Amino acid sequence: MAGGGATGGTVQSETYREARTLLLLPAWVTLGLLTLAPLMIMLVYSFLTKEFRGGVIWEFSLDAYDQFFFDRGLFGDEPPKIEWTYIGIFWRSIWQAGAATILSLLIGFPTAYFIATRPEGQRAFWVFLVTIPYWVNLLIRTVSMKFLLRDEGPLNDGLIGLGIISEPLGIVNTNLAVQLGLFYSYLPFMVLPIYAAVERYNFALSEAASDLYAPRWAVLRRIVIPSVKPGIIAGCILVFVPSLGSFLAPDLLGGARTFMIGSLIEEQFKGNAGNWPFGAAASMILLTMVLFLLMVFARQSRKEAA
Amino acid sequence: MAKPYDLRRYPGFFAITLLCLVILYAPLVVVAVYSFNDSPSITIWEGFSLRWYVDVFTGPESGKFKEAAWNSFVIAITAATTATIIATLAATAVLRAGTFRLRTVSIGMISLPLMVPEIVTAVATLIFFNAIAIERGLMTILLAHIAFCIPFAYMPISARMQGIEATYEQAAMDLYATKRQAFTRILLPLMMPGIVSGFILAFIISLDDFIITNFVKGAGVETLPTAIFGAVKQGIKPNIMAISTLLLAVSIVMVALSWLIGRRDPAEGR
Repeated sequence: MAGGGATGGTVQSETYREARTLLLLPAWVTLGLLTLAPLMIMLVYSFLTKEFRGGVIWEFSLDAYDQFFFDRGLFGDEPPKIEWTYIGIFWRSIWQAGAATILSLLIGFPTAYFIATRPEGQRAFWVFLVTIPYWVNLLIRTVSMKFLLRDEGPLNDGLIGLGIISEPLGIVNTNLAVQLGLFYSYLPFMVLPIYAAVERYNFALSEAASDLYAPRWAVLRRIVIPSVKPGIIAGCILVFVPSLGSFLAPDLLGGARTFMIGSLIEEQFKGNAGNWPFGAAASMILLTMVLFLLMVFARQSRKEAA
Repeated sequence: MAKPYDLRRYPGFFAITLLCLVILYAPLVVVAVYSFNDSPSITIWEGFSLRWYVDVFTGPESGKFKEAAWNSFVIAITAATTATIIATLAATAVLRAGTFRLRTVSIGMISLPLMVPEIVTAVATLIFFNAIAIERGLMTILLAHIAFCIPFAYMPISARMQGIEATYEQAAMDLYATKRQAFTRILLPLMMPGIVSGFILAFIISLDDFIITNFVKGAGVETLPTAIFGAVKQGIKPNIMAISTLLLAVSIVMVALSWLIGRRDPAEGR
């Protein structure tokens, strides 16, 4: 998912050398027209003037980026100050996605490690068990999470029934609910790359460390974790990146105080109240952040592979 | 001194794995159970009943949901089929046509939809259709779905192709098969499990999509996820839980199928 590594592969033969242009043409046309070209046009739109009923006027303008970063007062004639509203929303999104990533790592690493140390025949089954929920509709999973966490929901009912709490926890509409939702949405993405890394890990290293009197947890911390670090980083990226721009978890599980980038962008294109150039600019800023992150990651893994 | 076998184990990891599975499945199980609740309230359990499943198919909202489900199904089938064909051809070029200048770029291009955040793809696609003045509707949803389904179809297809040695086609061509025959009679049949997995994954991804569909769908056109989202905005109702459980079952059956088919060894033949 991150970079070409997952989808690449080595050349196996030259059998269809003459046909390669023809074979690649459909992919190039489809993706060029429906993915690459739209991104370019979005970049253009972010530099256009907004039309009040939604859409754009074809006139160059820096208003969208200006509105994102600077506050020029109600009538636009005051000296510019930094506008914290949107930077704040981006910052909160980073924070929420980060918290969800850490939560996923805390649960995902032991799970991945456990699965990778099962006898070989059983591993595929465990992996399957962890991946099934990912293939269930994300919307349905998020709604289910909300159903479970609600004040009148089974979780609170159960805890009250057991006498652990006397009042509902009030999780829905808080940051925690959004973090739990994001964590729940992308947890399998954390488990899979770590699992792959631990499976390749040579346990003779653990034995060697142990023979030299390293305690069990020191072996984990000083030998295993550094060895599988690429898998851990890949997992973190795979959870963090989609969390950052997610829409459903903050929209359904959160409230006004948990507003994230996804909702900010979505609002700009809803009905007539929106601002298309601003939405395009916010999308460009998000895209730049994500691509930068992926680039750093790709460089890091190349360095480690070398 | 611990035995090497014990060394791999860490106390608590098994418990966390169980916790992980409980977290993953608890919300789904709870919704599935409550979808059989014989009560218009989603809170109080009043005994087992199928009334909400009957409601889904015959109730006042059934027309809306049936149309949305049909749209979803047609789009998913068409998008997954197209994406699978495109991905199969692309994988052949990337893996079995030697090295060439645009090879790496092509791989990057195929994985592009995976790297761009979904909401950004949604915005870009909406703007694109607006800029070239295509009216939004089923067609725009379908086009958008084909694009983002390609990498998902590509992954299992490419993985499968890497497991099939080029010697099979070589042998066929040594026996005077043309390249076209080697492709259609040797490579494609051997590829079938990968192609089926790729199709199923693309199908599920298309069926699953909410964000991009929500942006590029026209007014009045709904797929199942956008219809469910609209309904959930008014509050979670029992009929939504019944629909969710049905979709859940479809996803699980499809993934189980894909897993069983994809697991078969290339060396076993067709």
